[in-house]
Amino acid sequence: MTELPLIGEAVAVAAVPRLAGARIGVVTFPGTLDDRDAARAVRLAGGTAVPLWHADTALGDVDAVVIPGGFSYGDYLRAGAIARFAPLMSKIIDAANSDAKLPVLGICNGFQILTESHLLPGSMIKNDHLKFLCRDQVLRVENSNTAWTLDYQAGQEITVPLKNQDGQYLADEKTLDALEAENRVVFRYVGFNPNGSRRDIAGISNAAGNVVGLMPHPEHAVETGFGPESLDGIGGADTDGLGFFTSVLTKIVGGDK
Amino acid sequence: MSTETTKKFNIDTVANAEKTPDTELPWAGLGLKQNEFDDILKVLGRRPTGAELAMYSVMWSEHCSYKSSKNHLRQFGEKVTPEMKKDMLVGIGENAGVTNLGDGWAVTFKIESHNSPSFVEPYQGAATGIGGIVRDIISMGARPVAVMDPLRFGAIDHPDTARVMHGAVAGIGGYGNSLGLPNIGGEMVFDAVYQGNPLVNALAVGVMRHEDIRLANASGKGNKVVLFGARTGGDGIGGASVLASESFDDTKPSKRPAVQVGDPFAEKVLIECCLELFKGSLVEGIQDLGAAGISCATSELASNGDGGMAVELTSVLLRDPTLTPGEILMSESQERMMAVVTPENVAAFEAVMDKWAVEYAWLGEVTDSGRLIITWEGEVIVDVDPRTVAHDGPVYDRPFARPDWQDAVQADLFTGSVQDAGRPAAPAQLAAAVTELVASPNMCSKAWITNQYDRYVGGNTAMAFPDDAGVVRVDEESGLGVALATDANGRYTYLDPYHGAQLALAEAYRNVATSGAVPMAVSDCLNFGSPEDPDVMWQLAEAIRGLSDACMVLGIPVTGGNVSLYNQTGTTPIHPSPVVAVLGKLDDVARRTPSGWREDGQAIYLLGTTAVELDGSEWANMRGHLGGLPPKVDLDAERALGEILINASRDGMVDSAHDLSEGGLAAALVESSLRYGVGARIALQDVMDRDGVDLFTALFSETQGRAVVGVPRSEEVRFTDMCTARGFAHTRIGVVDADSGTLAINGVDELALDALREAHEGTLPKYFG
Repeated sequence: MTELPLIGEAVAVAAVPRLAGARIGVVTFPGTLDDRDAARAVRLAGGTAVPLWHADTALGDVDAVVIPGGFSYGDYLRAGAIARFAPLMSKIIDAANSDAKLPVLGICNGFQILTESHLLPGSMIKNDHLKFLCRDQVLRVENSNTAWTLDYQAGQEITVPLKNQDGQYLADEKTLDALEAENRVVFRYVGFNPNGSRRDIAGISNAAGNVVGLMPHPEHAVETGFGPESLDGIGGADTDGLGFFTSVLTKIVGGDK
Repeated sequence: MSTETTKKFNIDTVANAEKTPDTELPWAGLGLKQNEFDDILKVLGRRPTGAELAMYSVMWSEHCSYKSSKNHLRQFGEKVTPEMKKDMLVGIGENAGVTNLGDGWAVTFKIESHNSPSFVEPYQGAATGIGGIVRDIISMGARPVAVMDPLRFGAIDHPDTARVMHGAVAGIGGYGNSLGLPNIGGEMVFDAVYQGNPLVNALAVGVMRHEDIRLANASGKGNKVVLFGARTGGDGIGGASVLASESFDDTKPSKRPAVQVGDPFAEKVLIECCLELFKGSLVEGIQDLGAAGISCATSELASNGDGGMAVELTSVLLRDPTLTPGEILMSESQERMMAVVTPENVAAFEAVMDKWAVEYAWLGEVTDSGRLIITWEGEVIVDVDPRTVAHDGPVYDRPFARPDWQDAVQADLFTGSVQDAGRPAAPAQLAAAVTELVASPNMCSKAWITNQYDRYVGGNTAMAFPDDAGVVRVDEESGLGVALATDANGRYTYLDPYHGAQLALAEAYRNVATSGAVPMAVSDCLNFGSPEDPDVMWQLAEAIRGLSDACMVLGIPVTGGNVSLYNQTGTTPIHPSPVVAVLGKLDDVARRTPSGWREDGQAIYLLGTTAVELDGSEWANMRGHLGGLPPKVDLDAERALGEILINASRDGMVDSAHDLSEGGLAAALVESSLRYGVGARIALQDVMDRDGVDLFTALFSETQGRAVVGVPRSEEVRFTDMCTARGFAHTRIGVVDADSGTLAINGVDELALDALREAHEGTLPKYFG
């Protein structure tokens, strides 16, 4: 039986043959929303997206993992609080902390799950204006040495969509100082802090740089015509998020960019 | 269920009903009229049981039976040519109509109202409105891919408007965002007529492969009937309190919400779970549970199939074990579906439920008895012909007549009225007027609302607010996609219901064509006052007649929709508000046309001619005047304009296109400039000379069949040749000026884009924070 593609289902096209062997797992929890988008981003970057199910008890042979956005378990109790206990999460936590340093990217709800899992410090609370906000957001890449930012320049400004209700990043002052001192603030909001995050922090990494979490959505800025408009409106920003995925693919296959 | 629970009820069985014909029943409290109750007695040949009465009362309600509008709605099915039917795969009558998109793809869409719940409890009312329409789309076998929400609120400065507005917008966002469905557009109107009766309509669109189309019918004797999704609770039971006599004790909660409470997480899981069922071809028929809950699902599934079904009601999983049989039948708890499954597929069905952790209960099976039999612990409490419940409800030929005030309203022209005093003419006055217009409640930027909705999720949104239509890609390889727009103008329809409804259709049609898509199908949500008021009934009859006539001329069929009546505050009805949604097709969404210009030096053309049409306009509304006749409808011109816009988009002759509607040319020029923050230099002398209008009229008239387009210099000759060949009026009114940062209109003081933006975007935050 030949299967017809569902809407948004990834169609395997290896844009970069060298990268197609790299397998990026995309985790789906009940309530995950952006899993198809994350898989599409992996594919457009040239890699192979591997669907992972929250109840799986093994990671399989994936080279990196994306935990996409959404409302896992309805964000009930607290965003990410229930998903953190999924069988697959303990495997991801172990792999991220292992010597192999599995690259893990948490986007939005994925970021919330990573802080709940203590792979990343701090937490997210409701936006300071108390509303859900969807906008094209300018970010500054503060650290281009993580597994997910190698293809960017430090200081580079990119525009990617932001959309959340609980996006205000919070940590105690000591933690914030340490994050800054260790160059673990990976992204900052530029021009407008959309949720009251401390020190304009949009995304952070762990000490080793293999685990990155951020609130904005790079997977929604990977395809011309379907991404954000640059602020001057003359186009050109709609693929600013692709670098996340090419970065990790390049790191996995090694060698020159 | 445990027997302790069931012991509490005095179950009114069919046998008991036969033995006790004279038992008083609370039919009036359930909203039934004497003649309707008499009909039930006649149909059954005995008094109904409490459970049967509950079923008939909800299924024969205006909301479920369309009893006041049915005789008129028929026209949507009658005024259809074979040509209009050629792409219709499923027509009116199912959960939603289905249209062929080609390449094996089909699209289904529908618009519905959730007005009264949204006034009582705005957040949950609006949220469950989205939930309900999305389940209609899933029921057809489709993956939902986008939603839209046309909204009407009371006066912007009325203290209660903020309550409704905040709640409804947060509800739509809270629910829709959690489902992973991009919100791609809609409308927002403020008018005091909606103060005690806001309109919260919701549209959903879904796509599927042809072979995945599912219908709501229960066929195949011996097939199993299953209820799955959320548990059944006491929410959404309208008149159920009168059924309290069923209960012997007072342990149940004293007050139950009449408004349903939504759980978007449960709905999201239900979507994925249903799609997996469809993929495995595990269900024979499927029906969502919306209004009238299990009553509706069982009677509709049974009557559309082989005609029989046996159901054991105690198998229903409950949130509240104290619910009576009647309450279980009437409950409108959200996030539930009913399906018919063959015995061979039961195990596979259960595996899908277990994977998604969705609760389910096997309630019974399909029979060939022609009867819907519902039992409570084996005792028959419902024994009816399901058709009599689902389809043979009362139909009323409500009296209607042209209101005696209509002539006076139509004679009250804006031009020369008290409100027209001091009409702007000088350059400074006109500049102030343009700024006032784009900051006015109905014309201001809707970003405050749309920024609370996720427009990106899914990665297929090619266009969304503030462009004229929302565009979603369907096929990632070919770029095939759909465009959608909804429109309605209650003021136009109040002035002239026949033409007002046509204007709503014309505008939605124009918006879709403006995006470059070919209009294909219509769904309508007819929001009106009480059908028992002959004035309102006339508005409804005229609107339906107008809409169905116009669909014939434009060649696009109505594939579904909804009627919402009794929208009034006391005895004052809302403006008749037929909200019309048009769906169009784009072969490649990459060719869509946005509403703003970008490239310096591009020529700006005005398509169509301008007449003095200010009655019912936004300008007259801002000045507090409502009278006269709405703009003239010319459907042939709309069709010609549509063809030009579609061709121009397909052949790359235009880079921007924006339709002219409320607020006229002034609004369009400002919006096209602010879209990308790129200015323009405009001169309207040619338009004024040709059409014999003054500058104010050229800017503020709401003549239909017009659009402004941005044409690349290399395409100008080809574009004007096309317009000339088609005999369509076109005038070069200016050029894009990327560096100026201003909108410069000859005869109007220069308008700085920054100031325009501040005015345009400042209004909603000013009122709503």
